[in-house]
Amino acid sequence: MFALESSQRGEEIEFQMKILHPARRSKARERNGDLSRGLLLRLELPSDPSLLCAVRGAVERLTESFGFSAPDCRAVTRAVDEALTNIIRHSYNGRSDRPIEMFFRSVHRQATPDASEGLEILLCDRGPSINRAQLCMRALEEVKPGGLGLHFIRQSMDVVEYKRAKGTNRLRLVKYVRAAKQDSNS
Amino acid sequence: MQISSRQLDKTTIFDVSGDIDLANSPAVRKALLKEVRDNRTPRVVMNLSKVRYIDSSGVASLVEGLKASRDVGSRFILFGLSTSAREVLQLSRLLKIFEVYDNEEQALAG
Repeated sequence: MFALESSQRGEEIEFQMKILHPARRSKARERNGDLSRGLLLRLELPSDPSLLCAVRGAVERLTESFGFSAPDCRAVTRAVDEALTNIIRHSYNGRSDRPIEMFFRSVHRQATPDASEGLEILLCDRGPSINRAQLCMRALEEVKPGGLGLHFIRQSMDVVEYKRAKGTNRLRLVKYVRAAKQDSNS
Repeated sequence: MQISSRQLDKTTIFDVSGDIDLANSPAVRKALLKEVRDNRTPRVVMNLSKVRYIDSSGVASLVEGLKASRDVGSRFILFGLSTSAREVLQLSRLLKIFEVYDNEEQALAG
């Protein structure tokens, strides 16, 4: 498991990547409960738009190693980027110093004929509770700026769920690996 | 992200490189609107061949540029879209709304 930690000092933003020892993994599991089951990667970062590029890079590498096709790697990366953008803009009103946590886990779709492995991404922020009316998408027929992020997320992922728990907004995204369909588009 | 401009007769070409996301889409929007609304350039062309990624805020900036150009009766053209950039315009059903070309030669001849 990798933990990417970031901290801000003045104008500089530092990242640190750690490989956790198995003993520390079990402690993390105890601390985070269900959030740590099947955990592949955990990111903690401030709500700073300049970090979006770094997160996209990490998600691209993770999805590639997970076995997604090139279009699906782009889809998951796009969904995560848009979800973070929404948190920064709407949950934190553009403040760049608020905490965001992300958990990337391996999950399995069970009890279906096409049982497959999937990547679950849980994004947590400590902003105010989201008004569910804000999660409605606008009609794409209108040619106007804005309101596209949620469309991109829903079109990119197989599961998109929101809930409020323990004072945090939790957006759960899941993408399943599609079997035997390799696309070489880059 | 970096953005620079070139003048060719009555055309301004913006050369953009890097990713267009929440961190820098305001800069793209500002440059575009200044060229279209303030300078009233008859044809504004966006060279996106070195842009690897565009998010929804980047798409919104391009839509604002397009709408502003329609308002003043000028042309707004895109060329050199990456696979990822083309995907987001397709997902938002905007690919047919924009005037899009593969390369600069075609964009200027169009």
